[in-house]
Amino acid sequence: MSDINTIIKPENIIYKKTDVLTDNVMHYCPGCSHGTVHKLIAEVIEEMGIQETTIGIAPVGCSVLAYNYLEIDWQEAAHGRAPALATAVKRLMPEKYVFSYQGDGDLAAIGTAETIHACNRGENIVMVFINNGIYGMTGGQMAPTTLPGMPASTCPAGRDVSHDGAPIKISELLAQLPGTCYVTRQSVHTAANVRKTKKALRKAFENQAANKGTSLVEVVSTCSSGWKMTPTKANEWMEENMFPYYPLGDMKNE
Amino acid sequence: MAKAKGAIVVDEVKCKGCGVCVTACPTKVIELAAEVNGKGYHYAYMAHPDNCIGCANCGIVCPDTCITVYRAKAGATA
Ligand SMILES: Cc1ncc(C[n+]2csc(CCOP(=O)(O)OP(=O)(O)O)c2C)c(N)n1
Ligand code: SF4
Ligand code: SF4
Ligand code: SF4
Ligand SMILES: [Mg+2]
Repeated sequence: MSDINTIIKPENIIYKKTDVLTDNVMHYCPGCSHGTVHKLIAEVIEEMGIQETTIGIAPVGCSVLAYNYLEIDWQEAAHGRAPALATAVKRLMPEKYVFSYQGDGDLAAIGTAETIHACNRGENIVMVFINNGIYGMTGGQMAPTTLPGMPASTCPAGRDVSHDGAPIKISELLAQLPGTCYVTRQSVHTAANVRKTKKALRKAFENQAANKGTSLVEVVSTCSSGWKMTPTKANEWMEENMFPYYPLGDMKNE
Repeated sequence: MAKAKGAIVVDEVKCKGCGVCVTACPTKVIELAAEVNGKGYHYAYMAHPDNCIGCANCGIVCPDTCITVYRAKAGATA
């Protein structure tokens, strides 16, 4: 143990909480991907030195309280309307960095129109998309992204594609639109993946600085409560089941 | 006995015992405590501190940013 006490000194710190994150305890369930992605956005904002010039647009969904966790300016959108509000904020204050933060129910169900049209117009914003395949906040209902056969509270026997349609690969769809400059799908379940997601977020914010259009960073995520699994089991389940349907990587990088 | 190259400090009050850091540690330093914290979670702690290489994987994956990671400077004698 004597080793340890000589190592634990301020000058030896190689990883600690960024000051862009507040000290508030996040309300998320243990292991929830939302927390990890919040942290990465905060780290990118710190590293780019844009804390005073960044405005986040919070969604409805579990991350409705995102504004409690990042020490930046925020607006709270009605459910699904974050891309429309982000459009307004960015057009009125083009010198600011503007990003929306949205779940799959928010971005790919109730907000489908706002999502598609903001991307089609090529609004110069970053959209962060947390795809956990479920409506986490309201108790685990089926989302447009719920996998075939995956149980949810509104389809306890699993999604029936003949009845509910196939899960929507909205990022692939958005990559087809001329307004998007960068569309990527990442995850945060391992340290290596966390590092990649951070690079993707950084690129997205840099695209905004370069006026390139809409950057969409999808993060395939877990919802251990909605999926009714432990956080580590949820990570394994995501690798086995989500990644084959939602493969990681860049769909567009211009 | 391996000599530790790194060390972590877990915010035991904030930790939610999700275990994600346990899986992320390449040298199996971390375990969840038998005791619980004020929120009722089995918090993470350094069960095998001598194995820590200071890679920061645990800190990076922690959704609640509970872990501060330290690494001894190369050549420094502990
Ligand atoms: C107009 C409107 N319709 C429905 C709701 C109920 N509602 C709240 S959150 C939510 C779904 C959120 O799911 P998602 O966007 O995937 O976020 P998650 O909680 O999974 O992160 C719904 C339907 C609402 N708040 N407002
Ligand atoms: S319900 Fe799901 S998405 Fe919401 S905080 Fe819990 S794990 Fe995260
Ligand atoms: S990842 Fe963080 S919250 Fe989860 S057990 Fe480890 S220290 Fe605790
Ligand atoms: S710094 Fe690396 S080796 Fe040390 S506890 Fe964390 S993950 Fe394990
Ligand atoms: Mg969701």
